[in-house]
Amino acid sequence: MIRPDEIKMSTEETGKWGMVIDQDLCTGCQACVAACAMENNITFVGEKDSGYGRSMHWIRIERFWEGEYPEIKMTPNQPMLCQQCGSATCEPVCPAFATVHSQAEQLNLQVYNRCVGTRYCGNNCPYQVRSFNWRDYERPEPLPNQFNPDVTVRRMGVMEKCTFCIQRIHKAQDKAKSEGREVVDGEFTTACAQACPASAITFGRVDHHDSLVSQMARAHGHGVKHLEELGTRPNVTYFKGG
Amino acid sequence: MSDKKHHAEQSHEEHLREKHLMLDPLPRGQMNDMVMEAMTEPPTWKFWFIFASLAVIVVYFLFYNWGVLIMNGQGVAGVMRPDYWGIFLVNTVFWIGISHAGTFISAILRVFKAEFRRPFTRAAELMTTFGLVQAGFSVFMHMGRVWLAYWLMPYANQRMLWPNLHSPLTWDLLAITTYLLSSTMYLFLPLIPDLAMARDRSTGWRKSFYKTLALGFRGTEGEWAHLRNAMNIFAFAIIPVMFSVHTIVSWDFAAATRPGWSSTIFGPYFIVGALHSGMGAAVIVLAVVRSTMKHMKYFIRAEHFDAIGKLMLIISMAWAYFFFNDFMVQWYGGDKWTKQLLHFHEGGPLGWMWFAMLVCNIVIPWAILWNPKWRSTPWLVGFVGIVINVGMWFERYIIIPVSATINRMPFTWRLYEPGIEVPMGIGTVAFFILLYMAASKLIPLIPVWEVQEGQMAHELKKFGRETVVSVSELE
Repeated sequence: MIRPDEIKMSTEETGKWGMVIDQDLCTGCQACVAACAMENNITFVGEKDSGYGRSMHWIRIERFWEGEYPEIKMTPNQPMLCQQCGSATCEPVCPAFATVHSQAEQLNLQVYNRCVGTRYCGNNCPYQVRSFNWRDYERPEPLPNQFNPDVTVRRMGVMEKCTFCIQRIHKAQDKAKSEGREVVDGEFTTACAQACPASAITFGRVDHHDSLVSQMARAHGHGVKHLEELGTRPNVTYFKGG
Repeated sequence: MSDKKHHAEQSHEEHLREKHLMLDPLPRGQMNDMVMEAMTEPPTWKFWFIFASLAVIVVYFLFYNWGVLIMNGQGVAGVMRPDYWGIFLVNTVFWIGISHAGTFISAILRVFKAEFRRPFTRAAELMTTFGLVQAGFSVFMHMGRVWLAYWLMPYANQRMLWPNLHSPLTWDLLAITTYLLSSTMYLFLPLIPDLAMARDRSTGWRKSFYKTLALGFRGTEGEWAHLRNAMNIFAFAIIPVMFSVHTIVSWDFAAATRPGWSSTIFGPYFIVGALHSGMGAAVIVLAVVRSTMKHMKYFIRAEHFDAIGKLMLIISMAWAYFFFNDFMVQWYGGDKWTKQLLHFHEGGPLGWMWFAMLVCNIVIPWAILWNPKWRSTPWLVGFVGIVINVGMWFERYIIIPVSATINRMPFTWRLYEPGIEVPMGIGTVAFFILLYMAASKLIPLIPVWEVQEGQMAHELKKFGRETVVSVSELE
């Protein structure tokens, strides 16, 4: 059950980050998937494990079709990532408090060094967007040279997931603070949104009336939040058939 | 009274004595010697052969593979997205289920004064403790970073980090730990008089072994009074613990938001399932003990298989009720993903397992156990026990990895293929049998004092011409 004061907190808290994804613009080029892997030091699991459902992507492009072959019709591509739920199902089930809610940014945090690997969060995520480090995957030279120094490298046995590029959020906030101002909308964005050639992904403050995400949400008016009926209060809005 | 009639009555009496252990008393000394002999008899080459093979299986399948698993990560097992949980948790639920029979037989039947329980309470309690050991192993195998398992314990630490009491896994850990500790104590308490008996009748290392464990029990009035008090308290206190343990195990699934798991009937359904597999395991153990150990045919008789057979039949019916209740309620809920899942259960690639589960858990037990003659045949009841355990393992397999295949994100649907879990699971079975074999040589498997107490309370009395069995209250 969602308590009224909880709703108030999540909608009025400053620094509520969100995303809108326009599925009509998405070409399925997977640039966001690659950019995310570069930005967040995601390992490459290899062909075999990837084929067996162990791929470690924080964002994935889901492709579906309608009808029976050969009379099939592709439906718009669906980029799927952590929805940064306001009332996340992954959080209460962790016995070690390794996945917690951040009150400052209103995001779901994953504390890698607290994770013991029960994988209950992965099971309980209705979006199935959590990746587990099934092994210590090899990173042949020169791959380690492109590590992002702002992001932890995860080891075997821990769960990980999309953070909305929290390192970029913090960097922008620190810069704004040192200059004595607020973070400007569009000053920075997540790796996936930055890489998207069709601008299908937009990231920003959903609690600001004038931010691009808020404007887009108003302009489209028919945004969908996935599996909202479960009461997860996701922070990613999808547009389709506009 | 004519001679013929007299003769018939006598044979009726003899028949009753032959049939019922409680009406066929032997002197205490003789029973003591029988139990001691069954325990201390030098093991045959067959015993050592099986013991050694099991030891090899345990060392290689369980511990070596566990090392491989820890070194290489859960990738060597079959788990992946969306089946984050696999056979390790199937085995955890399975072994906790088996451990329920011990408490059921020794605590509930003791509280309800079911007299047939007397000779095999110990055998069932041993099953509880050894089953929980395997359950503990299985759940630790499942963890991604098992070397940090102590983080799940509420221990004082500098960073003030505590386990999350919202998580069903934390409830689970507390419940299983409580159950393991209390069932071990409950195993030990009724064992004290028998350990004292063994101490007085052995020499050498066995003497010092039993002397230490018997805690100086001499059998005085005061000691018995204390022991009875303690056992009574434990018998009543452990019953809610037993019920809560498997309910909490079921909440690992019922509290989750997955189709097929979030079912409110899971608590009682899991408990009945646990008793189903537990009673099945108990008759397997009894059938094996009876046929392999000396003098056990005196203590464990056809009447006991008959009595447990009736219980198994009733539990099987209760399981069938809860199974169809769960199925109906989930289907009636009308959730489209649950509907997909229910079709996947019976019509998917593992549909054979779903039907085999129904055959093993319902059809075969009902077909065999209704017949008093068949259910008095030890090997046949033991066979039904094996069948039920296979069926109950299938049930847990369907609930965990098969149900996890279907979720609300069709893009991720994938069928689970077990890896290193299979040999490690076989390793836990071998370890269970190994522990049991070792215990049969170290611990008096029959509670002699309990049998004797029952035999003293039972009497054949004559009312007019009728011979009736009477039981008197000793306490």
